[in-house]
Amino acid sequence: MVIGLEHYLILSAVLFSIGLYGALTRRNAVVILMCIEIMLNAANIALVAFSSYIVPLLLTGQVFAIFVMVVAAAEVAVGLAIVLAVYRGLSDIDVNNINLMKW
Amino acid sequence: MGMAAAFWIMAVVAVAAALGVVLLKNVFRAALALILCFITVAGLYLTLSADFLAAVQVLVYVGAISVLIILAIMMTRDFQRGSPGNRLKLPAFIVAAVLLGMMIFTVTQTSWPLAPQAPLTPTTGPLAMKLFSENGYVLPVEIGAVLLLAAIIGAIVIAREK
Repeated sequence: MVIGLEHYLILSAVLFSIGLYGALTRRNAVVILMCIEIMLNAANIALVAFSSYIVPLLLTGQVFAIFVMVVAAAEVAVGLAIVLAVYRGLSDIDVNNINLMKW
Repeated sequence: MGMAAAFWIMAVVAVAAALGVVLLKNVFRAALALILCFITVAGLYLTLSADFLAAVQVLVYVGAISVLIILAIMMTRDFQRGSPGNRLKLPAFIVAAVLLGMMIFTVTQTSWPLAPQAPLTPTTGPLAMKLFSENGYVLPVEIGAVLLLAAIIGAIVIAREK
């Protein structure tokens, strides 16, 4: 069985859905950030698959995947810094209990 | 044949590791499953002949981001409740399943304009030409550098002891 574009896209969709489910249901803030990383990786798989099956000589999808990685690195650095700051202030990273800015 | 076997092994391990991240109660084990997921994604990039991206994936995700996540888990170690779920389990499962069904339906129903050529390999030189040449993506690269600098300074300012 030849592996085609659809296989990669469906794998990417499965990983994205797993990450979405985790990001919506987990209560530990660090685990939510990890699920967001899974979703970004799933999007990257789709971009690289499009790049190598549809425009194999242009590499535009791979360039875009590099930018996604840059933004993901920035996001995880700032996100974990926020988690640490919240933990220092409230001694808690359960997102159900972090409701200071909720009305 | 070899590529197909590699794809199926990577795909099964990646999905299992992602399920482990979501379902494991122990946060540290979830982080280890996440690292396994990152490694299999790097392998998937190799099967797509994106060798430079596979190396970047190992360096950035397996090397740097997983260390950051494990550091954050250890800094919040006193929080010993693991990774509990909230009340939204059933609605979130329905949303994720419906989204997955829609994406699979769209992917299988679309006729993709596949190109006949084999993908470029190795990709490092052509990618550098794309990123840094005059009519390439040099401005987004510079903006990405500024974004990373801002993120580093922001992380230091937010996480510093008062």
